Amino acid sequence: MNNKDLQLSRRGFLVKSFSAISVVYVIPNLFTHAEAAKPLDQKVSSSTKWAMAVDVDKCVSGCTACVDACIEENGLYGFDRPETDSQWIRKIKIQDIKTDKVTTLPMMCQHCENPPCCDVCPTGASFRRIDGIVMVNQHTCIGCRYCMMACPFKARSFVHENLTEQLTNAPRGKGCVESCNFCANRIDHGSDTTACEEACQKEGHQAISFGDLSDSESRVNKALRKKDHKRLRADLMLKQRVTYTGF
Amino acid sequence: MKKLIFGKYLIDPKIFWSQFILLGFFIFLGFLSSLYMEHEGHYITGMNNQIVWGMPHMFAVLLIVIASGVLNIASLSSAFNKVPYKPLAPLSALLALAFLVAGLVILVLDLGRPNRLIVAMTTFNFKSIFAWNIFLYSGFALVLIIYIWTMLDREVNSFSKSVGTFAFAWRIILTTGTGSIFGFLVAREAYATAILAPLFIVMSLSYGTSVYYLTLRAINIKFKTYMSDELIENFRSLTIIFLFAHLYFLFLYHITNLYIAKHINFEIFILSSGGFYTFAFWVGQVFIGIILPLIIIFSNKLSIKSSMKLSSILILIGSFAAMYVIIIGGQAYPLTIFPDHIIIESSFYDNVVHNYIPSIYEFILGLGGVALALIIVLIGITNFYILPTSVISKDTVTSDNTDK
Repeated sequence: MNNKDLQLSRRGFLVKSFSAISVVYVIPNLFTHAEAAKPLDQKVSSSTKWAMAVDVDKCVSGCTACVDACIEENGLYGFDRPETDSQWIRKIKIQDIKTDKVTTLPMMCQHCENPPCCDVCPTGASFRRIDGIVMVNQHTCIGCRYCMMACPFKARSFVHENLTEQLTNAPRGKGCVESCNFCANRIDHGSDTTACEEACQKEGHQAISFGDLSDSESRVNKALRKKDHKRLRADLMLKQRVTYTGF
Repeated sequence: MKKLIFGKYLIDPKIFWSQFILLGFFIFLGFLSSLYMEHEGHYITGMNNQIVWGMPHMFAVLLIVIASGVLNIASLSSAFNKVPYKPLAPLSALLALAFLVAGLVILVLDLGRPNRLIVAMTTFNFKSIFAWNIFLYSGFALVLIIYIWTMLDREVNSFSKSVGTFAFAWRIILTTGTGSIFGFLVAREAYATAILAPLFIVMSLSYGTSVYYLTLRAINIKFKTYMSDELIENFRSLTIIFLFAHLYFLFLYHITNLYIAKHINFEIFILSSGGFYTFAFWVGQVFIGIILPLIIIFSNKLSIKSSMKLSSILILIGSFAAMYVIIIGGQAYPLTIFPDHIIIESSFYDNVVHNYIPSIYEFILGLGGVALALIIVLIGITNFYILPTSVISKDTVTSDNTDK
């Protein structure tokens, strides 16, 4: 073999490079991945509609039982850096501009039926389960934070630093976005209550009622029957599954 | 009819390598910064859960907007058949490619999980404008490579007009996509308007023309042959049109927001009560970026070359201020979660105007991106037949390639 046989022309190089790229990257993607159609969790059913009702009149100023329970349930320890630490649920104190009435309420992911976070997520890592839970797939989130830009309720947090003691029931990781998932792990293991609701009930306040909208006897349905509830920023037509009453 | 001959940018190897090493040094620093950000996490940056997109996004969006706009010169030649721009078209496409790649690299390196780039390129949610932009950006790069090829290779030169026209359409859609990243954010008062797409397009035209002019001027320091008076006059006219278009769309954007009751508070914030954000808007984006360049161009005190150079620099300073106002200012204003209430207390800063102080790492990452764009241009013009070798005039139409 002489040297001439080994020489590659520029054109030849380009043709071979493009062919190689096509074989490796393009052609495999022309076929649908069979596993993508398979639901990740067979238990989730559209006959279940998880929802939460918050009675602001029963929410006690200064009480942080729901927040503390969420931190414990999901291992949301912080680094004493409030601007970058994750908050899945927070207490907000608001004042009515007409009546001056001051109220406090818990604020978390509102689990919209038309979630802007899922609309904008480029990889589909932000997704809505058929039972209504909006959550982040921690394996496909690339950390672009576009969902945080899109959320009207500032419900999402970005993990800004290394985590070491994550809980097995709440996978979290640096560089991904996370938010309240209605304690999906609990729910999937048969529970019908979230950590925040449980804590609120335990405190005797009963401001938070969670449950299945399809079940007429669920706590959330009973709460919804008692008082008129409203959605935050109803003008956006996002049809949140978290509703409020009392303000 | 004069023959159009393209050549390489032949400079002293010492100058080439010194420029290469200098730019390479900044790229290396940028890479180290991103590595450090990824290793430690984003808490070391100025970004947080309130200002989620920061300086890297300012650089990235600006570079991508410039990439689209700088192709303007090539589009004038191919899509609009303006003969004087034909010799300038290959450089235009090369600049577009360089700035696009640089913008994308910054964007990717700022991701929380840049190691999952392959996920972003294989898993798509087609409802997301971001996912569409991944196709628009990578497709644009491919179109540009083909466009440069058709311009430089005589055998396929006949396709250059149609490919150039296609590239023109593509980049209009691309900048629409970039503007829509913000325009589709319904929850934020600064965004949620389709006018951001045309605003981004006129901004791209203005910034791109300035970048092209300054690049040509820099190349022209060595070779005095590329810029005829007629050409500079053309650039002057283009700059004036784009500045007025920018001013028009900017005015329309803000007047629309003022008219929409639920956006008024944000408008007041940006236009009058926003402190540094207001300053950046009026002094940076409007005065330095638009008004002052117009005054300089229209005044007769400076020569046309000096006024164009100065105004191009000012436009680019203004472009940075514009990115700051749009990207940071838009997030700094707190979300209106309770329209009928005042938020008294929140542990998550729901009731305050957010501050953003960029860290050195973000800044260096951005600078590294700019250096990457410039090094691609440097490598391109010294290795490919990109630059015209004769004075550019109406007579220069047919093409050929040669070493200068």
